[in-house]
Amino acid sequence: MSGEKPRAALVLKDGTVLHGQGFGANCERIGELVFNTSMTGYQEALTDPSYGGQILMLTYPLIGNYGTNPADKESDNVQPSGFVIREMSPDFEHRQANSSLDSFLKDHGVPGICGIDTRFVVRHIRDRGVMPAILATSATERDLEPKKLLEKLEFDYSSIDFVSKVSVKEPQVFGKGGKKRVALIDYGVKMGIVRELVKRGCVVHVLPSSSTAADVKALEPDGILLSNGPGDPAILTHAHKTIRELGGGAPIFGICLGHQLLAHAFGGDTYKLKFGHRGVNHAVLDTRSKKVVITTQNHGFAVGKMPGGFELTHENVNDKSVEGMADSGRGIFSVQYHPEAAPGPHDSLYLFDEFMKKM
Amino acid sequence: MSEKPKKVLVIGSGPIVIGQSAEFDYSGTQACRALREEGIKVVLVNSNPATIQTDKDTADAVYIEPLSVPVLEKIIIREKPEAIIATFGGQTALNLSMELHRKGVLAKHGVRFLGTGAEAINLAESRELFNGLMLELGMPILPGKVVSDIDSGVRAANSIGYPIIVRPSFTLGGTGGGTVYNEEDLRKLLELALRMSMTNEALVEKSAIGWGEFEYEVVRDSFGNAEIICNMENVDPMGVHTGESIVIAPSQTLSDADHQMLRDAALRIASGVGIEGGCNVQFAMNQDTGQFTVIEVNPRLSRSSALASKATGYPIARVATKIALGHRLPEIKNAITGTSAAFEPALDYVVVKIPRWPFDKFPKTSRVIGTQMKSTGEVMAIGRTFGEALNKAIRSLEVKIPREINPDEHLFPPTDLRIFAILEALRRGRSVEELYGITKINRWFLHRISDLAALEKRIAKEGAIVKPPAFLPRAILLEAKRSGFSDAQIAALIGSDEHAIRKHRKSLGILPTYKIVDSCAGEFEALTPYYYSVYEDENEAAPLSGKKVVVIGSGPIRIGQGIEFDYCCSHAAFALRNLGYKSIMINNNPETVSTDFDSSDRLYFEPLTFEDVMNIIDNESPDGVIVQLGGQTSINLAESLEKAGARILGTPIDGIDIAEDRERFRALATKLGIPQPENGVAISEAEALVVASRIGYPIVVRPSYVIAGRAMEIVRGDEDLRRYIHEAVEVSQKRPVLLDKYLDNAIECEVDAVSDGEKVFIGGIMEHIEPAGVHSGDANIVLPSIRLTESDKRTLVDYTEKISKALGVIGLVNIQFVVKEDTVYILEANPRASRTVPFVSKAIGIQLTKLAVGAMLGNKLPRLRPRVNHYAVKSVVFPFLKLLGTDIKLGPEMRSTGETMGIGKTFEMAYYKALLGAGIKLDGGESGGAKGGANDSGAGKGRGKRSAFLSVRDDDKPQAAKLVPMLSELGFTIYGTMGTVGGIEGAIPIPKIGKGHPDVLDLIDSGIITLVINTPTKGGGAHTDGFRMRRASIVNGIPCITNISTAEELLKAMLELRERELDVRRADEYTH
Repeated sequence: MSGEKPRAALVLKDGTVLHGQGFGANCERIGELVFNTSMTGYQEALTDPSYGGQILMLTYPLIGNYGTNPADKESDNVQPSGFVIREMSPDFEHRQANSSLDSFLKDHGVPGICGIDTRFVVRHIRDRGVMPAILATSATERDLEPKKLLEKLEFDYSSIDFVSKVSVKEPQVFGKGGKKRVALIDYGVKMGIVRELVKRGCVVHVLPSSSTAADVKALEPDGILLSNGPGDPAILTHAHKTIRELGGGAPIFGICLGHQLLAHAFGGDTYKLKFGHRGVNHAVLDTRSKKVVITTQNHGFAVGKMPGGFELTHENVNDKSVEGMADSGRGIFSVQYHPEAAPGPHDSLYLFDEFMKKM
Repeated sequence: MSEKPKKVLVIGSGPIVIGQSAEFDYSGTQACRALREEGIKVVLVNSNPATIQTDKDTADAVYIEPLSVPVLEKIIIREKPEAIIATFGGQTALNLSMELHRKGVLAKHGVRFLGTGAEAINLAESRELFNGLMLELGMPILPGKVVSDIDSGVRAANSIGYPIIVRPSFTLGGTGGGTVYNEEDLRKLLELALRMSMTNEALVEKSAIGWGEFEYEVVRDSFGNAEIICNMENVDPMGVHTGESIVIAPSQTLSDADHQMLRDAALRIASGVGIEGGCNVQFAMNQDTGQFTVIEVNPRLSRSSALASKATGYPIARVATKIALGHRLPEIKNAITGTSAAFEPALDYVVVKIPRWPFDKFPKTSRVIGTQMKSTGEVMAIGRTFGEALNKAIRSLEVKIPREINPDEHLFPPTDLRIFAILEALRRGRSVEELYGITKINRWFLHRISDLAALEKRIAKEGAIVKPPAFLPRAILLEAKRSGFSDAQIAALIGSDEHAIRKHRKSLGILPTYKIVDSCAGEFEALTPYYYSVYEDENEAAPLSGKKVVVIGSGPIRIGQGIEFDYCCSHAAFALRNLGYKSIMINNNPETVSTDFDSSDRLYFEPLTFEDVMNIIDNESPDGVIVQLGGQTSINLAESLEKAGARILGTPIDGIDIAEDRERFRALATKLGIPQPENGVAISEAEALVVASRIGYPIVVRPSYVIAGRAMEIVRGDEDLRRYIHEAVEVSQKRPVLLDKYLDNAIECEVDAVSDGEKVFIGGIMEHIEPAGVHSGDANIVLPSIRLTESDKRTLVDYTEKISKALGVIGLVNIQFVVKEDTVYILEANPRASRTVPFVSKAIGIQLTKLAVGAMLGNKLPRLRPRVNHYAVKSVVFPFLKLLGTDIKLGPEMRSTGETMGIGKTFEMAYYKALLGAGIKLDGGESGGAKGGANDSGAGKGRGKRSAFLSVRDDDKPQAAKLVPMLSELGFTIYGTMGTVGGIEGAIPIPKIGKGHPDVLDLIDSGIITLVINTPTKGGGAHTDGFRMRRASIVNGIPCITNISTAEELLKAMLELRERELDVRRADEYTH
């Protein structure tokens, strides 16, 4: 019953305040407030490391209907610092589910707010751009005093290195006995990427983001995958250097943050989008085949200037932003979106096949 | 890729029937617009005049002609289109296009398919080819076998295992199909199913009854770019036709992995079939195991695609048309956001659809719903929670929710009342788990309905504490509103009234906010204003600037209130635009043109109750509200809206009240010196008998509160009257019965007119072909009149003017008259749009609604002189095939679902065309409607020789004798009952049913009889010979004429047309 639920407050940097019911953990968390338009796949989104440092809001109003399960996770943790929805299902119904979304979030110490006009917040962010916010849940009204919460809201998303927080600390190996060896630099990798590679017969060495080019080369990989991950690509100068040094060697496939880091490594740049692309319905045009695919996207930055030697391979149908680029001479290609889906359409799985062919 | 065609033929779906409603006017109209904006000439053919697509502004050449292969070939020869679009006119257009293709007509005249073509259609429609393709694509299907005799069907079933679903090939809306659990029932069902099938084939398939049912709407271009516009989940699991199910969009119980599995499958199937445009793929999923199976694919636009378009805001028909023209998906624009049409809509709300069933009109038909469609229409509601959308949808239905209901009678097998039964069972404390066991409805939905039952209890509890009860605390009131409870619903729970709740709610500042349906969950700015209400923080609907008028729509398509009213509402929006006003449309029917986002300047997709409508009026402060176009739905709101401060345009409320109040109307008629049939009012049986003895039998008797002649009957004696009062109605002080003298052998006629308060424009005087007593909605109607004298007509015009002025009519009025022996009697006046407005408008080439809107805004009527030197006939179609158990005889209760129009230089030609359009096959099936398509009169197998069977009631016998020579001349062998044809030369009397062989059932079953003329006696249950005969003729697709006048005029027409070619012309050729 709504009356027994803890209360919650969401306070935006510009002073916008929303009160609702709380769920998940009882605490206060800060992050950049972003929204995702996917209607399914909340568990995959919540476990996507690219949401590090962000408060995730879903535009679809009814969440938690099918609970959470052991299979649909992209990492072992809930990654966003907070979760914002319109309506939390009080029960769940699915053959695979073993826990409610509410307990799932509690178990991972992440607070949530529901019962608020999320569409208003979406439109607010769409017009003014993403901004920091603080989400507090508590049974005590005093803890939810907006003014006090606002005072605590000191946060500069672009200045923080979230990657080192979410990356593995030690190398890990998946798909033992596979025919191709892939070195995957983990900037916050979704397990979906590892799954797709293992499925195709790869041994995947997941390496810490702090790895050097020498560390990577030491593995003598058949291919290198630069993973997705959170934060501003511009500040990850160590990664730029590593990638630059890997160019021209084994074929490289960059995904999302990996794609943006490639741009920086070889002389291109990135810029911050007003409110990002987050959802599973974005159309991308393959400029070579003229075919359109529906893609999963989760990024707040985009490649501006492509590096020399790279050509545009994929383009966003709507805002014409760079969705994919390649330097075929050096065997490097990358996409801004998520071919591994999870959640989202499987239309782009073929890119993993292309990667396999290059190796 | 061939070049863009210069001229394209678009085929409509004909009259509204169960399984094929207004959605194809919507999709066809969108297609026409999408073609014409590229400079392509459009030739449109449809027999249904109550459609926007048959307006002269929609296409370059409009043919209101019967939908048949010979007619279409004539049109093709005349117009020389280079291409045909097969997929926008439902199963009717699809089947006709395929017939044109198979018979070589298209090839002969150089017409090619645009978009999804013959090969793809065949692949999707032929069960065997489709199953082969699924196997090739690795798609799971249910084991099944196509059979053409009963024994093979039983053998197949034994090897597959029960339960078994039977689906006849090539029928519409699952006609003749069903689910069976044993051999005995299978044999019975197969017999019917094989007969219904055009090809004498039926599929015997494993039933997935109880599995979850999901639909995916796919759009795919000819370059292979494909996407899902919307997925939908049926709340009612497998076993209930999707058209009969409560449907929610998007799916609620699928995880992303489940959803992507089905999405992948839908896209592979669309690609495998070769769809170029839109299609719909249906799946069943066992949600305990995750196993899924493909049910079927519709290679065309469908009811579901119309729903998906309205649910998402994505104009599927428009995009499918662009694709048919060879455009790439990414190059097509999404008109809502200005971004590309290549994307999958994201919803930030939920949509609930509930079908509207006609059981109130067909009390003898079983209310059980299953694999065959019985509903006539549907409503859609939008909310931010399931409860909110569900509650809004329920009140959009405009049905009486049964106060006392025994849940077990409706849970399984399900009836139309199942949702109410579930709610009641939960109120009584039965568990979700138990209900799941009975219904197999996903527990998630049952839990949400259970939430509503629990909230009801809390509201009642809190209402009991406060005084007055309307003063509910803010928290619970807000929660109730956010769960979709209406003020009236809340009031009923706490013993208060709607207005008290409304007042209190407004004082607390609990007001609805309006959100935009933008196809993208707010990610992009929406350019098109399409709104729904919720109780949240931000109101996105700032009042529209400038002069603006609200048009109240007509809600779901039902018997008595069909597409005609939506047609009028759409025209009001167009007219307002031309007159410099902005139009604000309120409606809840997802199938229609009025709820297309570009039909009006603003669309509110909302229930049509006082509360929901007044909330919008409060939000917008419009200059006026039009209530006279949306049928009974909108006119019923007039008084309460005006009381609440709305400005009603047109005829004043008092005029409406006089017309509706029998006593006041009688007084007015008397004052004006206009004769009325003798009448009276009674509040008890005794009083009724007294009135009856005063006015004399026969008498038309009805309850005082009437929609489309509900529970109206002709009684011919005291015993009859007593029975009626006992069985049919409750009589009370508040609800008296009305008794009118029934005028035998009189001519019934009606007038549609527009008045500006001074001048009255007579749109037309229409004459009913059937004698008075057949509901005007069921009658065949001709314009101009053929039997009235000039003096009768002058009197009619005079009375129309007098009544219009006396009622203060501004706008439309429909007046019904009876003419007997030179006296014109007035029956009733309705100061609102009638169902004949589109028919009259098309017959005279003048848009009555446009004139009416002008008048309502204070303009004087222009000088107009309609030139009618042709005949227009309106005929009707009935749902008897789908609602077996109901007798097909006609009376004062309206039964028809839709209408057709025939136009000709002679009455006979017009009448013949109208009947052809209505699916009456008069020459062995050649010129009839599409197989299993437009007509609902069965499959109809081609037959060579003609034989007629006559059996009429005593009153009709003299007239019947006249029919015999006509039939002989037409080459019919004539059979009949001894009572009807005994002693008539040339006719063969045969025994009564069961009294010797062959009897009439034998002759019908063996295919000898091709025409039945049977006029029923009154009363008569399901066991009479007449009933069995009529039922047999329906099942066998043989025309069965139940009115002697209809029959006589039909034979005259057939005689007249024997030597002549069917003449085909553009509609505007008749009116210019």
